Amino acid sequence: MDFERIFFFATAGVAVVSGILTITRRNPVQSVLFLIVNFFCIALLYLGLNAQFLAIIQILVYAGAIMVLFLFVIMLLNLGNEEALAEKWGGRKLVAVALSGAVLVQLIAILFREEPGTAGWMSPGFGTVESLGDSLFRRYLLQFEATSVLLLAALVGVIVIAKKKTN
Amino acid sequence: MELPVPVEYYLALSAVLFMTGVAGVLARRNVIVIFMSIELMLNSANLALVTFSARLGDPAGQILVFFVMAVAAAEAAVGLGIVIALFRNRQTVLVNEMNILKW
Repeated sequence: MDFERIFFFATAGVAVVSGILTITRRNPVQSVLFLIVNFFCIALLYLGLNAQFLAIIQILVYAGAIMVLFLFVIMLLNLGNEEALAEKWGGRKLVAVALSGAVLVQLIAILFREEPGTAGWMSPGFGTVESLGDSLFRRYLLQFEATSVLLLAALVGVIVIAKKKTN
Repeated sequence: MELPVPVEYYLALSAVLFMTGVAGVLARRNVIVIFMSIELMLNSANLALVTFSARLGDPAGQILVFFVMAVAAAEAAVGLGIVIALFRNRQTVLVNEMNILKW
């Protein structure tokens, strides 16, 4: 076992455990904190896949911005006591776990049965800010600008939805 | 260039995280936790995209992850805005008590 494999299995283990804890905690604040742990683990895995820029963006945008937004909303809603949020283990949850487990077994069976295709060649500087910025502002410039319009639309939409009706 | 860890391991982890998110969406009733499960699924898809991008040496996968993150930020903002509006009208975050779109 070399260092990369140990690193991968440790990070993947923490990611899976924190993912499962995210969906099983009763208190949504605990779910948010475990999801942040999960996002940090995925950012670490990005580093092992030559995606340094995306690792930083993952921590800044996901763990930083989006999860803070979740925390703000949870605190804004003032959900009250935890007993009101209790969810029992019913037949629905058994069906949910069984269904997702079945699809998971199928996915992994397919993954390890198929022969991998030919690997490509990573150019030097693959995944750095320079190479990503180069393709983002040359080849994908139109999509990049469209994203800004999308974000503006989301901004306006959120204000319209969440605004209190004054009259 | 060969990756130090086989591609299948990354994809298997991505599948496990994705199905965790699916189980969360199906099993939970708290709409905020359902949103978090959706974020988990988006992230596992991103992990698969980055894996293929590294395997094929093609930066298009990483660019797509960049755009997915932008869309996820917009989605989270709009979704949480809807949650706030719903909570103001119904005083609940449980999806089985939200039935204003039901006929």
